[in-house]
Amino acid sequence: MSSPRTRIRHYWVALRAMLIFTVALGVLYPLAVTGIGQLAFPAQANGSLAKVGGATVGSALLGQSFADADGNPLPEWFQPRPSAAGAGYDAGASSGSNWGPENADLIAAIEQRKAQIAEFNGVSPGDIPADALTASASGLDPHISPDYARLQVARVAAARHLPEESVRALVEAKIHNRDLGYLGEPTVNVLQLNIALDALKG
Amino acid sequence: MSTTTLSQATPQELEKSHAKKTMATAFNFAQLLNAFPGAFRKLDPRLMWRNPVMFIVEVGAALTTILAVAEPFLGGPQSSGGTPVPASFTWGIAVWLWLTVIFANLAESVAEGRGKAQADSLRKTRTSTIAHRVTGYEASVDPAAERSLTQEVSSAELHLGDILVVVAGELIPGDGDIIWGIASIDESAITGESAPVVRESGGDRSAVTGGTRVLSDRIVVIVTSKPGETFVDRMIGLVEGASRQKTPNEIALNILLASLSIIFVIVTLTLNPIASYSAATVSLPVLIALLVCLIPTTIGALLSAIDIAGMDRLVQHNVLAMSGRAVEAAGDVTTLLLDKTGTITYGNRQASEFVQLADVSEQELIRAAALSSLSDPTPEGKSIVTLADAQGVHVGTSVDGVIVPFTAQTRMSGLDLPDGTQIRKGAGSAVLAWLAEDEPTPSSVLIELETHVEHISQSGGTPLVVACKTSAGVNQILGVVHLKDVVKEGLSERFAELRAMGIRTIMITGDNPLTAKAIAAEAGVDDYLAEATPEDKLALIRREQEGGNLVAMTGDGTNDAPALAQADVGVAMNTGTSAAKEAGNMVDLDSDPSKLIDIVRIGKQLLITRGALTTFSIANDIAKYFAIIPAMFMGVFPGLAVLNIMNLHSPSSAVLSAIIFNAMIIIILIPLALRGVKYRPLSASKILSRNLLVYGLGGVIAPFIGIKLIDLIISVIPGF
Amino acid sequence: MDTLFAIFQVASLVLILALLYHPLGEYMARIYTSTKDLKVERGFYRLIGVEARSEQTWQSYLRGVLAFSVTGLLFVYLLQRFQAVLPYSLGLPAVPEGLSFNTAASFVANTNWQSYSPELTLGYTVQIAGLAVQNFVSAAVGIAVAIALVRGFARRKSGTIGNFWVDLTRGTLRLLLPISLLGAVVLIASGVIQNFNGFTEISTLSGGVQHLPGGPVASQEVIKNLGTNGGGFFNANAAHPFENPNAWTSLLQNVLMLMIPFSLTRTFGRMVGDPKQGHAILAVMATIFVTSLTFLTYLELKGAGTAPQLAGAAMEGKEQRFGIFASTLFGSTSTLTSTGAVNSMHDSYTALGGMMPMINMMLGEVTPGGVGSGLYGMLILAVIAVFIGGLLVGRTPEYLGKKLGPKEIKLASLFILVTPTLALVGTALSFGIPAIRADVEATSIWNPGVHGLSEVLYAFTSAANNNGSAFAGLTANTPWLNTALGIAMLLGRFIPIVFVLALAGSLAAQDKVPATAGTLPTHRPQFVGLLIGVTLIVTALTYFPVLALGPLAEGLL
Repeated sequence: MSSPRTRIRHYWVALRAMLIFTVALGVLYPLAVTGIGQLAFPAQANGSLAKVGGATVGSALLGQSFADADGNPLPEWFQPRPSAAGAGYDAGASSGSNWGPENADLIAAIEQRKAQIAEFNGVSPGDIPADALTASASGLDPHISPDYARLQVARVAAARHLPEESVRALVEAKIHNRDLGYLGEPTVNVLQLNIALDALKG
Repeated sequence: MSTTTLSQATPQELEKSHAKKTMATAFNFAQLLNAFPGAFRKLDPRLMWRNPVMFIVEVGAALTTILAVAEPFLGGPQSSGGTPVPASFTWGIAVWLWLTVIFANLAESVAEGRGKAQADSLRKTRTSTIAHRVTGYEASVDPAAERSLTQEVSSAELHLGDILVVVAGELIPGDGDIIWGIASIDESAITGESAPVVRESGGDRSAVTGGTRVLSDRIVVIVTSKPGETFVDRMIGLVEGASRQKTPNEIALNILLASLSIIFVIVTLTLNPIASYSAATVSLPVLIALLVCLIPTTIGALLSAIDIAGMDRLVQHNVLAMSGRAVEAAGDVTTLLLDKTGTITYGNRQASEFVQLADVSEQELIRAAALSSLSDPTPEGKSIVTLADAQGVHVGTSVDGVIVPFTAQTRMSGLDLPDGTQIRKGAGSAVLAWLAEDEPTPSSVLIELETHVEHISQSGGTPLVVACKTSAGVNQILGVVHLKDVVKEGLSERFAELRAMGIRTIMITGDNPLTAKAIAAEAGVDDYLAEATPEDKLALIRREQEGGNLVAMTGDGTNDAPALAQADVGVAMNTGTSAAKEAGNMVDLDSDPSKLIDIVRIGKQLLITRGALTTFSIANDIAKYFAIIPAMFMGVFPGLAVLNIMNLHSPSSAVLSAIIFNAMIIIILIPLALRGVKYRPLSASKILSRNLLVYGLGGVIAPFIGIKLIDLIISVIPGF
Repeated sequence: MDTLFAIFQVASLVLILALLYHPLGEYMARIYTSTKDLKVERGFYRLIGVEARSEQTWQSYLRGVLAFSVTGLLFVYLLQRFQAVLPYSLGLPAVPEGLSFNTAASFVANTNWQSYSPELTLGYTVQIAGLAVQNFVSAAVGIAVAIALVRGFARRKSGTIGNFWVDLTRGTLRLLLPISLLGAVVLIASGVIQNFNGFTEISTLSGGVQHLPGGPVASQEVIKNLGTNGGGFFNANAAHPFENPNAWTSLLQNVLMLMIPFSLTRTFGRMVGDPKQGHAILAVMATIFVTSLTFLTYLELKGAGTAPQLAGAAMEGKEQRFGIFASTLFGSTSTLTSTGAVNSMHDSYTALGGMMPMINMMLGEVTPGGVGSGLYGMLILAVIAVFIGGLLVGRTPEYLGKKLGPKEIKLASLFILVTPTLALVGTALSFGIPAIRADVEATSIWNPGVHGLSEVLYAFTSAANNNGSAFAGLTANTPWLNTALGIAMLLGRFIPIVFVLALAGSLAAQDKVPATAGTLPTHRPQFVGLLIGVTLIVTALTYFPVLALGPLAEGLL
């Protein structure tokens, strides 16, 4: 058995070790990574910002809302998935809904979204893909499924008075296939699609 | 007076008596009946708490009984998990829980009962006898204690170191060593061996056992064990299970079972608080039923029976273990030291051939060899005469002349004829030394002799050189008698089995390396130690143990004692000295060194039986869960009916069926616990596959069938 | 077609791990057996006052672990309490006492349960100087303890099991730091952010306002996975696009979580002198892993339950870029290792699908489990399996030449008692004490009914097993849950460590028994099967009743 003195010694060693680790791992390491990141990959390190005419309109990685102040979807924009982050796409409060599969609120919400999307886009409720009806995990999902994008083409084209064909072609061009051809799911980045949509107008 | 039931038994009868004992191991109804009173006595909680698993069941049984009594006053049975239960349900659970406990006690009682039967016959030898204690014994003045005063005392009052006089016809009052005299002693009461044995002071045959009878002569004995701690006492204690101490492995298993039980206690204790959130609380009887079904009751109930039965099996093989730990260690043995003589070869060597030197006639050699052996009582000597007879040289039955007996110094024996001719036979080096007293043997003869000796040695035989000195002063080497060690039949198969079990056999012999090598090869042992002294033996054991091996050996002499003590399993021969018996941790009453192999088997069987029933017990839980869990919560969550894969009649029936199965399986497995799982000498890997299949998979499947069958019966009871 | 993509995804994960297995396993064995110190290490030992060549008894080793962890606990606690005065705190106030305790306990215990929402609670200083540092060192502590146990098996007649400070230092500097540096750069290149920008207000395309978060994410993300910690920089954890921008980074994070726990089996095999022993442990871990993943994927794909059926797929709480396959893979990996990170919300899984992460944790985090803790947990189960198997072949059981007697079995039994007790008692107290239950029902539980029970059960299972993942609907930032979960995490981490180190000491002191034909072989499929059986049965028997009340009751309607 060791004496109380050696037991206290352990704490003395631990304290010094913790301080040195904090400097090395808590200060030097993140600074080094930041340095490398900012030098080698500044665009990514700073959030893959999307700019339109020099003005930052968001991050290509974060979804954003295309609704009016009251939360009503704007028909001239492709709409993202429902979001549970804050009031919707609040980048300061990422979150999923965390509703369970039998949660009455969730069931009601899906039914309400189904009706709303069907009416908004003039489609049959049965044709609406699941991603359009469900909130993502982060609440900041920048993507929708190609199906949901296609479903919105007619509405957006009508709202923007554009030929449906050119909008549809744009959507097809903006479909991002699976990473490396097999990882994840095919996606359409809503922000990038909408930026391109604006460009189409011009 | 002592029992002499076996004293007249011939070896054949002895065999039969073994057979009888084996038959007695079969489990029968009468034994069960006899064990019932004991099973009830064991319900005493002060005894039960030593078996934590069964103690939990007993507490559960008591609680359920109280509940069953109180229920009518509390407005009938409480519904459980939202399902109403029939009025007789709580009583049904209570009764079967009590039966579970009783069945467990029954198993132990049956095992103990069988031990008791053996102990009783042993105990008869222990009846109090009158001892003649010598007062003021002085070994230097009066070693035979003929002039000393003796005092009559009861054998129960003897102390360590007391000096006793025992004469023909008397029972020896306690364990001791002969310090003066020689006597023939009937030890049949202990060993079942009818032939009297000779015991004498000094040397390796001096130990006597209390309860045996002196047949002839008068001996002085010093008491070496206190009354109540004699050999027989210890033996009785062991077979009765009274002085049973838990072995390390048993303790470890108990710890594992206890911790599983604790987990399940926590599972049951936390269940209702959690279930209360879903308004699915379970009634107390169902909760207790769940707990009892989950804790490993099968093994918990049978564990002590398994261990007592294991000890018992050893006793049936006429082996006494000084502790359960030794039996367990036997199962772990990785190195067996076997004495060549008696274990690997028949005790005696047989003359198989006479090899004369070039200028000697065959007749001459045979005649000289036969003459020198006429008065030699050893089996070797007799076999030489027999062989001579067979080859047509008859020397009659007696001869004039002076017999020169074998001594350790000369290492020769022989005969001095009246005409002055001296014949000697013995080890080559001894005979040559004898001849060299007069003149050295010519080198040509030496070379020829060497060739023959070498040849015989290499074939595993013992060369016995025969030479003579005539009165005319002519010294002549006549030739060599080939004494052949006869290896017992079927041994190499047995050693191959041991090898498969992972046990290495090492033959110990006093023979020279050449002979040893040849016999080792013939017998199929893995290694040998030639020209072994007791010190060599001890050193070998230490070496093996340093390599992490567990060593078993047999021994009988006082000089074996250190090695016996050092070995992990030291089996002393009953014929051996008390020093040897003290040093070893087992005593073989039959003094059969090959018994080691049986001892190892019994040790392994004990562990396997424990493991098999543990596995079975835990595997059973799966089916019990599928019976009880849906039954508990189906009232609130009808969807859980999907889990009722046995399609049991009703929740109450399911719970009761599981409890009944749980109790019945104990009774059903008692015979297996007592008999032990069959042990086949196979590699560990094969044994594991087999036992996992039988007791693991079997343990998963059996209760599904059993519970379903019981449920079919219960479903006809109204209300269930 | 989709299934094919899923299989490719798993196949590429397996391939990468297989390629890493040998070199990484051997490298780790060298780290912990080398007798040479790097120059920087020598300087470090001088600074902290440790004699690197001196070995410790298990008691002394344990005191080192505890002293270091207690210091870490205080350190992280105080950093949070003084957040208001620390730089780069984004103007956030001091963290309240209860939450500070919970968070400190959580990160020191390698659990990374988060009762808080990081964006709203923690500034950069606490994140990097407090939490990320613990991500490194708590992982290194776990590996050190596992290595100490392996030394117990490997050594003979030894009174010591290594030097904790050396193991801690080497694990951090030679293993975790270099991989983290490399991994962080790859993550940044793939889109993970790394800056100190704070929140940036921007005007969105449609004219709204959004506050884009910044932060040193990549440096923390990599070690959060590599050290199987799991605490996210953001509330949404690895579902947040800034932490995990695409399916490729998601796969990479799977690799980071699994590489050390799996490869440690190679280290184990190498150190005990028989790589086949390591392969057997690996086979057990991998078999359960693949089975569990298959079940979860099947269940989520099937999408049973009212809401998923109504929506057409179980996409609630899942990101479009991951879809179901990359979500279930991440969910399985993160709960079968003790990471607890999420790239989809487990609370919104189908009822039976949500049961799988719970079962994964209930297995005791051993397949492959946390860094170090997975190996030692599995070795403890192996001790139990060998004990039963050894009896079945008629030998006093021995594992790797070490006899398993009463002492060893006692320690192993106590080990397996700890986490089920904590998980079940914690859940039972939450519902059994009326005042607490009222609070839990009113404040904490997010989904009413049976699912709420699952949320609480999940929380205590996660805390006791040091996973840290959550049925995140549960509001855990309450006095009861902060305290109870904090205690569960600390006890669930350090009590088992006491038993593991005691076992290591006991084994190291033993001589080695040579293996013979009578010895139970522990490298064959047969033993792998036995160990899988023991692992599953012990778990199933313990948790079946509560699972029946939670996810089974919800899913088997």
